[in-house]
Amino acid sequence: MTVATADTPAGHEGHHEHVHYTSTGLENRKIAIWALIGSECMLFASLISTYLIYKGRSKVGPFPHEWSCKTSNVVGKTAELVAGCAPADVLKPILDIPVTSQSTFVLLMSSLAMVLALAAVENKGHPLPAGAGWWDRCLASSKFWLMATAVMGVAFIGYQSYEFTSFVHEGLTIKTNLFGSSFFTLTGFHGAHVTVGVLWLMSLLWIDRTRGLGPKDELVVDICALYWHFVDVVWIVIFTLVYLIS
Amino acid sequence: MSDDAKHATETHHPTGNQYLKIAIILTVITAIEVWAYYIPALVASPLFNPALIIMSALKFAIVVLYYMHIKFDHSLFRLLFTASLILAMCTGTALMFLFGVFKL
Repeated sequence: MTVATADTPAGHEGHHEHVHYTSTGLENRKIAIWALIGSECMLFASLISTYLIYKGRSKVGPFPHEWSCKTSNVVGKTAELVAGCAPADVLKPILDIPVTSQSTFVLLMSSLAMVLALAAVENKGHPLPAGAGWWDRCLASSKFWLMATAVMGVAFIGYQSYEFTSFVHEGLTIKTNLFGSSFFTLTGFHGAHVTVGVLWLMSLLWIDRTRGLGPKDELVVDICALYWHFVDVVWIVIFTLVYLIS
Repeated sequence: MSDDAKHATETHHPTGNQYLKIAIILTVITAIEVWAYYIPALVASPLFNPALIIMSALKFAIVVLYYMHIKFDHSLFRLLFTASLILAMCTGTALMFLFGVFKL
């Protein structure tokens, strides 16, 4: 059934799909996802601001970038400053930059895979150029890129689970100090968004495997891609403001 | 929908190889950020934090412009996103003034 009438673009009248165009001529669902992304900007701006406000105001360790001593409450940028502390009471800087750099790289690459999945859906049905190699065949496979995006999303969640677990083992929980509260809330919310994105990607992959995704499904994949890229850009900001700036 | 609106929604997205080049640029910027983090002289510099924020903003802009196609899509989407982003940044800045992170 075609719902749109006067506002239906030329060439779309006979389609048996629920296509809802607005008076702007734009698709409802695409406007809705951009509005959602706009509201999510507000959510993450608040969470990031909260983290920055509480940064450096924790009374007890562990701290993100500083060494500290549990007994004397001495805090320093280098291990030498807590040299007089009993080894069992020394708290290391808690953020693990090498591990987080890897997870950041994985999430950036998942954005590449997502955009290639969308391109593959848009171009489905187009014949491959003469003499197409493995890369051209690879670019044309939406299933491969959707699967790659979902796998990288799962890997990112795995990195985050490892990070959270190691923090808890080192004595930082959501209740330990202001840093713990704001850090776990911010990165936990982001991780929840990645999880939703992975579930969304898996549902698209399931549709692709059962009936196949084609150019008519471009909008459905585009909406998921927009959400996924938004999750990526939020992480770009978090990685710099939380992990790298001390 | 008018022809103008239809043309406005038509997109000329980058090709697969162009997306790959964009990913390489993003990776290089991230590598520079992480490399800088391990150079104590750079970390001690007053330009370290602004440089990281600029690199992060550059990556943000590249993803939004090219991967989210905001550069090629209808201007209403650009308006929706940039207006929300500006509002979010203003809210964050106001909160930080309110709680004494920034002082006048």
